[in-house]
Amino acid sequence: MTAVTMTVNGKTVSAEIEDRTLLVQFLRDELRLTGTHIGCDTSQCGACVVHVDGRAVKSCAMFALQADGADVTTVEGLAEDGRLHPVQEAFRKHHGLQCGFCTPGMIMTAVDMIRRKPALDRNTIRAELEGNICRCTGYQNIVDAIEDAAQQMAGAAS
Amino acid sequence: MITYPFAYTRAKSLDDAAALAAAEPGAKILAGGQTLIPTMKQRLAAPPRLIDISRLSELSFIRRDGDALLIGAATTHAQVAASAEVARAIPALAHLAGEIGDPAVRHMGTIGGSLANNDPAADYPAAALGLGATLKTTTRSLAADDFFTGMFSTALEDGEIVTGISFPLAEKAGYCKFPNPASRYAMVGVFVAMTKAGARVAVTGAGPCVFRVPQMEAALDKSFTPDSVAGIAVSADDLNSDLHGSAEYRAHLVTVMARRAVAAAIGA
Repeated sequence: MTAVTMTVNGKTVSAEIEDRTLLVQFLRDELRLTGTHIGCDTSQCGACVVHVDGRAVKSCAMFALQADGADVTTVEGLAEDGRLHPVQEAFRKHHGLQCGFCTPGMIMTAVDMIRRKPALDRNTIRAELEGNICRCTGYQNIVDAIEDAAQQMAGAAS
Repeated sequence: MITYPFAYTRAKSLDDAAALAAAEPGAKILAGGQTLIPTMKQRLAAPPRLIDISRLSELSFIRRDGDALLIGAATTHAQVAASAEVARAIPALAHLAGEIGDPAVRHMGTIGGSLANNDPAADYPAAALGLGATLKTTTRSLAADDFFTGMFSTALEDGEIVTGISFPLAEKAGYCKFPNPASRYAMVGVFVAMTKAGARVAVTGAGPCVFRVPQMEAALDKSFTPDSVAGIAVSADDLNSDLHGSAEYRAHLVTVMARRAVAAAIGA
């Protein structure tokens, strides 16, 4: 067992874990932050995307000890004062989900892409969603939601 | 728990990593882990120790050095793809890095890890071989022509760590790949370059290991145009054949991707 300490959604957390604990297992099993999902066992689906030190990564393709000392944000950390993040609000408004299983990863990927590329067109959004799989075939509304959120956030920032 | 048990150590320096690797046969270097960790999750690899070099700032850099572009081994695909320095020096390399995997993979995966792993369908080996790069390790420098020795195998010895790559600037360079529609790995990817030493053509995804195509290089030496390679077919004999495509199909794609890569290189 090895000690690990990181900041998750603004709070410092510490635990003793097995070295082989994946970051997603640490978040879900240790911290009970079950918003981050595990949708596959091959690191392809993107349901587990979180932000580590400001970058979107797959928490199933990273060991928790790699994030020792890091600043982690999960989907639970997006809303502020009970108000949904603009991307969450846009997914709700555009019905950017059916079953919702892929949604946490979609939202974390969307927040990351909007941060990196404020001027997003629909082709870019689809290319940026390369690593997030929706098995309900619901991409159309997901793209609508991200496009709208990007415009809302650009408007709010200017 | 999903992987076999192992011990994790975050290296404090490159020297520390080399000493740890030398002290424990079978220990694996962990850079971005975007291939190693999924492989461990499938229980196809069981290293007793992972030595994490991803946070070593001495391995993360992009800089121009005369007629070469130097990139540190722990530099991520996202950093290469977004680098103004790379875009100025070798735009084809930035383009290639921006097409690896997906955004989350590019935030973690590193150039040194990709080259050391030498996946038959990885993109970076094509750039290294196609540009005639030199790989720097903890003990020596190796030409790309001598580095890639076979499927998932390289000239690296036990405990030897890739520290950086030196890409000679090319007059022209282009990369084009046909991604597998599901995995997005290259079914075939071709990197072409007109270097100071002549034209080079490197193919990934098609065979068990990245390889050069001398007939295409000779044709491009005479005339660096898409038409020069359009009529040159490679033999399907040693190419990969699987559920995604036959060896004959991959051989066909080599010519098509080579033609498109040359077109990209000259801006046609």
